[in-house]
Amino acid sequence: MSDLQFSSPKSVKEAVEILSASKGKARVLAGGTDLLVQLRAGRMSGSMIVDIKNIPELRSIKKEKNGFTIGAAVSGAELGAHKAINKAWPGVVEGLELIGSTQIQGRASLGGNLCNGSPAADSVPGLIAAGATCKIAGPKGLRTSKVEDIVLGPGKTSLKTGEFVVSFFLPTRPKRSGDAYLRFIPRTEMDIAVVGASVSLTLDKVGVCSEARVSLGAVAPKPLLVAKAASAIIGTKVDDEALTELSLAASAACDPIDDKRGTVEYRTKVAGVLARRAATIALERARGN
Amino acid sequence: MAKYHVKTTINGDPAEFLCGTEQTVLDCLRDELGLTGSKEGCSSGDCGACSITLDGRLVCACLVLGVETEGKDIETIEGIADGDDLHPIQKHFLQEAALQCGICTPGFIVAAKALLAENPNPTETETRYWLAGNLCRCTGYDKIVTAVMNAAAEMRGE
Amino acid sequence: MGNEKDYLELIDGEKKFRHIGTRPIRPDGVDKVTGRANFGADFTMNGMLHGRVVRSPHAHAKIKSINSTKALKLKGVKAVVTGKDFPTLDPSDKAVGEVTVSFFDMSRNVIARDKVLYDGHAVAAVAATSPQIAEKALALIEVEYEVLKPVMTVSEAMKKNAPILHKGMKTSGVEPTPSRSSNVASRAEFKLGDVNKAFKEADIIVERDYTTQTVHQGYIEPHACVADINADDMATIWSSSQGQFMVRALVAKLLAMNTSKIKVIPSEIGGGFGGKTIVYLEPLAVLLAKKAGRPVKMVMTRDEVMRATGPTSGGHARAKIGAKNDGTIVAGELEMEYEAGAFPGSPVGLGCMTGFAPYNLKDVSCVGWDVVVNRPKAAAYRAPGAPVAAFAVESAMDELAEQLKIDPLKLRIKNAAVEGTQAPYGVKFPRIGCLETLTEAQTTDHYNSPLGPNQGRGVASGFWFNIGGQSSASVMVNPDGTVIVATGSPDIGGSRASMALMAAEVLGIELKNIKPLVADTESVPYSDLTGGSRVTFATGKAVVEAAEDAVNDMKRRAAKIWDVDFDQVEWKDGSACCIETDVHKPMTIADIAAMAGKTGGAISGKANINAKGAGAAFATHICDVEVDPETGHVTVLKYTAVQDVGTAIHPSYVEGQMQGGAVQGIGWALNEEYVYGKEGQLQNTGFLDYRVPVASDMPMIDAIIVEVPNPGHPYGVRGVGEVPIVPPLAAVANAVSHAIGIRMTDLPMSPPKILAAIDAE
Repeated sequence: MSDLQFSSPKSVKEAVEILSASKGKARVLAGGTDLLVQLRAGRMSGSMIVDIKNIPELRSIKKEKNGFTIGAAVSGAELGAHKAINKAWPGVVEGLELIGSTQIQGRASLGGNLCNGSPAADSVPGLIAAGATCKIAGPKGLRTSKVEDIVLGPGKTSLKTGEFVVSFFLPTRPKRSGDAYLRFIPRTEMDIAVVGASVSLTLDKVGVCSEARVSLGAVAPKPLLVAKAASAIIGTKVDDEALTELSLAASAACDPIDDKRGTVEYRTKVAGVLARRAATIALERARGN
Repeated sequence: MAKYHVKTTINGDPAEFLCGTEQTVLDCLRDELGLTGSKEGCSSGDCGACSITLDGRLVCACLVLGVETEGKDIETIEGIADGDDLHPIQKHFLQEAALQCGICTPGFIVAAKALLAENPNPTETETRYWLAGNLCRCTGYDKIVTAVMNAAAEMRGE
Repeated sequence: MGNEKDYLELIDGEKKFRHIGTRPIRPDGVDKVTGRANFGADFTMNGMLHGRVVRSPHAHAKIKSINSTKALKLKGVKAVVTGKDFPTLDPSDKAVGEVTVSFFDMSRNVIARDKVLYDGHAVAAVAATSPQIAEKALALIEVEYEVLKPVMTVSEAMKKNAPILHKGMKTSGVEPTPSRSSNVASRAEFKLGDVNKAFKEADIIVERDYTTQTVHQGYIEPHACVADINADDMATIWSSSQGQFMVRALVAKLLAMNTSKIKVIPSEIGGGFGGKTIVYLEPLAVLLAKKAGRPVKMVMTRDEVMRATGPTSGGHARAKIGAKNDGTIVAGELEMEYEAGAFPGSPVGLGCMTGFAPYNLKDVSCVGWDVVVNRPKAAAYRAPGAPVAAFAVESAMDELAEQLKIDPLKLRIKNAAVEGTQAPYGVKFPRIGCLETLTEAQTTDHYNSPLGPNQGRGVASGFWFNIGGQSSASVMVNPDGTVIVATGSPDIGGSRASMALMAAEVLGIELKNIKPLVADTESVPYSDLTGGSRVTFATGKAVVEAAEDAVNDMKRRAAKIWDVDFDQVEWKDGSACCIETDVHKPMTIADIAAMAGKTGGAISGKANINAKGAGAAFATHICDVEVDPETGHVTVLKYTAVQDVGTAIHPSYVEGQMQGGAVQGIGWALNEEYVYGKEGQLQNTGFLDYRVPVASDMPMIDAIIVEVPNPGHPYGVRGVGEVPIVPPLAAVANAVSHAIGIRMTDLPMSPPKILAAIDAE
């Protein structure tokens, strides 16, 4: 019998107390699709598992005045079924829904995917491109952070001891906005992204891009927000020339590694390809809104 | 430390078991409750052989802790047939020869049932993507996809 | 046994089979769709312990010491075994099968002695009262290593100054025998005629190098067993394997036990594909059970399966083909080096024998080198050795067709092996169906359909011997006239159904009245393992003969009852009939069985045979792909597998073999590979990064059955299981090559490789 403990707090306050008392030895369990694999492989550190799924706030999706609040432990299947978010932020939903199989979708969450700290997390580029923020609870109370400031490197986050992500906030979109997330995997399902690219953009009345954010996954130690790729299309009609510039800027931002999933050259090139393709889809969606 | 006492409903019947934190619900089903129909092929959520539903949602039993299932409703392969009356999906797996060795079959049947509950009329592509988390190394999937789609047609009354 | 000729006349004549060729529900089916079927890991015993294996984290190292003191002190730990607990075997003790097996090496593969030879190599095993305690104990067994430089590839291993895995190993099959130790275990050669002379007569020669990576069988069920041994040293093993008699023989050999003291009870087997034709856990479990005095269960994790059980060889092949301008092939040459893994015994010889077998060549030379590297020892995998050879030869054939501007199927038809053709390994083929698969492929809608942009079509053929071997069957007639058919062949993909169909055909009774079963080692005489596509052929032949034996028994009983001569009784539609029908009413099996007590006791039939006359299998596959030119991603659009199966006993399961084999081959071609890090540690030990095809990757696989009956089987059966994996590697590679206009020669054709090839143009 191991000494691993389990707790299932019913409120954010209770969760913070348990996490703070554990002095960094507790691991937060949301969907468990990464944590349990680590546990099974003997790679999980810590002596306590804190299941946050019984805290109502972490499991709910709320329409606010100026956007949506999505609980950190909401599963992919639950988010996928939310019509209003699908309409407003299809790229964000695509990202979460691309993680793993139908079975994984029943469990995997935005919070878990972000805090696992993987550079290849599928839902993170979409959140970054969307300009999403997250609400973090901790011993010092609540704070808000941009999503792009959470992951510092593989397996490392900016969360302090006792802190955990409670929810994400997606702002209401202006008219003529669209986003899209694309990833490359060798198969059609069940793989970790070799490259991920998300583009969110807004057009003005004459079809010129007024705002854009571009984010890439799996091409650097952490998910990237690529300002140069965004500025390549801002002020343009997102024509072929602008898209080529965006593609080049995306590739230029890459700092990938060679591993079992892809090579440096491959990731660099495909990041440009996917950024362009994602921008094209986002553009179509913006024109339709 | 002591084990946790977990109370659940499995295939419609109350079921209680004791488990340690690190035991997955798959371990609990197989080792504590003797329900060995759910199979362990990878213990990392990559093969789907341990597919069950948890409060109606399709999951891999190897990626859920036993302690997480307190108060939850679990359905396993053992609960798919009604006594000796097979579910249409089970019948079509037999008719279409959709199994060879049979180790992946329980997971496929549980996953297929969840698919048809959500989408009674799936296309071939929808069926293939829904079942992408269930690996079969024997059949090449052909006859499995056919069996699921034929079962769907039968269940729709066609 | 009946006259084989009679059966063939039956096949060619008007009369249709009553059961053979139908598609009934398999007899073991309901248990498998309801979760009741018991596989390797599903068996438990009272008082059972849980065993785990300590595995090497190094690819190549000397074991300096193993200290299990701390582990044994942990409460709940009941036993630890290491290499020291195993008997030392004679290095010359070998068995020749699909792949040659050295028991000396196998013992060292089951547990390392002085050296570990691959990442995951077993070093010690522990048994404890719970899986959690066993897991904890693993970390308490202290192993001190002296790490050596690993040798990971054939080319590294063959270098002059390469680190040597086995001191004293000299390359066999070369003259004179070398004096230096080498990682090259042996050289094999198969040739006909004078290939050098023949190449001079060629108008055109294509020649290229091809490479492939280590791939795994990828069965979904990890290896599992339970072993118990009582105070009289009688061992019982419950295990998932391709042969209960194989497990018994190997455990006896490796533990120097008397065979009669080991009973092996087969569980259902969750896939094997050749990978469960040897033992890993069983000897460890028996020794742990003996030491602890309690039953021990051992189940591998997926990580252990990938790191330490039999993959098949990656390697290098050079194929050269010379032809006349009209497409007549005048010479073929194949030289290959296969990774054997940590111990000698890759299937390179089988690759040499099979590569050119679909073609009628007078002058051909095939040379193979068996090379050891610091990877797990290769085990059999579906048509061992043949897919890599076919990848090289069939790619070269495609290139030849391209250069000669001849349709690739027409080129193959022009040169196809037929009855009387001498294969590169010497035999003259009897009636075979190579040509029939090619002409059938030509007429498919698939082959004649148009292609779109970025799409390509590839074809390839393949050959596999199929084998016979020893099989036993008992047919037992129950008092109510129902029948039990017992064999010693594990049912890996529906063979109970084909056994029942063949027995029903002979007995003339309904299938529902036959119960086929896979018996343990003490309930049926010895049978070879399930492999080599032999079960439906050889065990099927035994079942047919055993059923005939039972029929003769029942005819004798009827003759006795009627008081007529035996030859006055004939068997028709499940009944004994007196030729003079007016005198005696026919007696059904049930009638005869009911009177068995009065006519001499229970009725049964048996056959213990060593089946000869296995019929060679040929297949031709067609594959369409589309390649994304910006990412290198390949989509398989359409796939057709045409195969000569002899006679399809249960066509659905025959199609299933063809479809499953094709998809495994597609995985091999596109994404499957072992990826090792710099120090020789396996990087992709799970299904996440060892990428077998998933449902959404595949189209429907059109399976076209061609039936050219095998004269060596009463119903014309050839084997069907293995040849479907032979053509796909080249069929997919040829399709991709046409789609992108660049010849792809390095498997897997993963997206980075394809994109790099496109960008290099």
